Amino acid sequence: MMDKIETPDLSHISSSDYENVYEPAEDSFLMLDALESEIPYIKAIKPTICLEIGSGSGIVLTGLAKCLGSGCAYLSVDINSHAARVTQRTATRNSVNLEVVNCDLVGPMLSRIQNEIDVLVFNPPYVPTDESEIDPKSPIALSWAGGLRGRKVMDRLFPLIPQIMSPNGIFYLLIVKENDEDDICKVMKSYKWHGSVIMERKAGREYLKVLKFKHVKM
Amino acid sequence: MKLLTHNILTSKCLKGVTVGYPLGIVCHTQAKEVKVNEVEFNPEFISRMIQKVDWPALCKAAENLGHSDDLPPAVVDDYENNEEFLKKAHHFLMEIEVINGDLICPETGRKFPVTDGIPNMLANEDEV
Repeated sequence: MMDKIETPDLSHISSSDYENVYEPAEDSFLMLDALESEIPYIKAIKPTICLEIGSGSGIVLTGLAKCLGSGCAYLSVDINSHAARVTQRTATRNSVNLEVVNCDLVGPMLSRIQNEIDVLVFNPPYVPTDESEIDPKSPIALSWAGGLRGRKVMDRLFPLIPQIMSPNGIFYLLIVKENDEDDICKVMKSYKWHGSVIMERKAGREYLKVLKFKHVKM
Repeated sequence: MKLLTHNILTSKCLKGVTVGYPLGIVCHTQAKEVKVNEVEFNPEFISRMIQKVDWPALCKAAENLGHSDDLPPAVVDDYENNEEFLKKAHHFLMEIEVINGDLICPETGRKFPVTDGIPNMLANEDEV
């Protein structure tokens, strides 16, 4: 019972909100299911700070926060100001204390979160697209368009992982097959972070996976 | 925006800024733009968080908001067992919220607006 993630109430989000904010879909639910399966593990590392990058509707971090409770600070960032506002409304609606910052990845906090993040969740824009489809003027395009191999945004985060994560920290990343799991794990391995698939699911044309990364202790 | 969040925000992402910390806080009409929200007190969590907090930056933020009277100027020894201190830390970190105002880069004066509790830390292309 304690280790279940209840799907947050999203009834406050209107169809016009979803014109500018990614509407939860199979990928969001897979991430929630994967995190639910990880709750005992997450509890065991006693997280102090949980961060979600690209929180969108806020469904994932709100669900996680509701399950883990007041022993942790929950922080979400999104480059899309509409999404930042909707995330905040989702947290309020579900009586969760969650902080929202409108920014690009962790840029404005990088120097202050060195080895401080215990749980990091990222459901990135993973769809392989042309560069031209990453339109900074379209918040909704930014939520899914991932450029070459769908890697454009996540590849910017990977080098920051060894800097921002705490020694026992866990990084959960949602990808699709086209993102090239083997190559991602190779990149992360070069930073001494080990990745493994903890859940996968076929959803329509997409083959979705949640990867879990941990620091490899010497 | 809780002061906990303010405690980890910097303007270092701007070109030419070396530290960018702590950010100043200005609220236009203080009475309306700072809110106190009651949050469940979890002493064990606050104890863990205190180790991560930049206390002088928290003091400065509280001072900017005109709320500093009650905040001890430094972390006390043995804070884990000092409930009075932990409650104050909890109040300042978790309960005081900036609703509308500006965060100000200490080096360039660049303002980052806080609107409905959400800081906008996006920099323009020519600023990074």
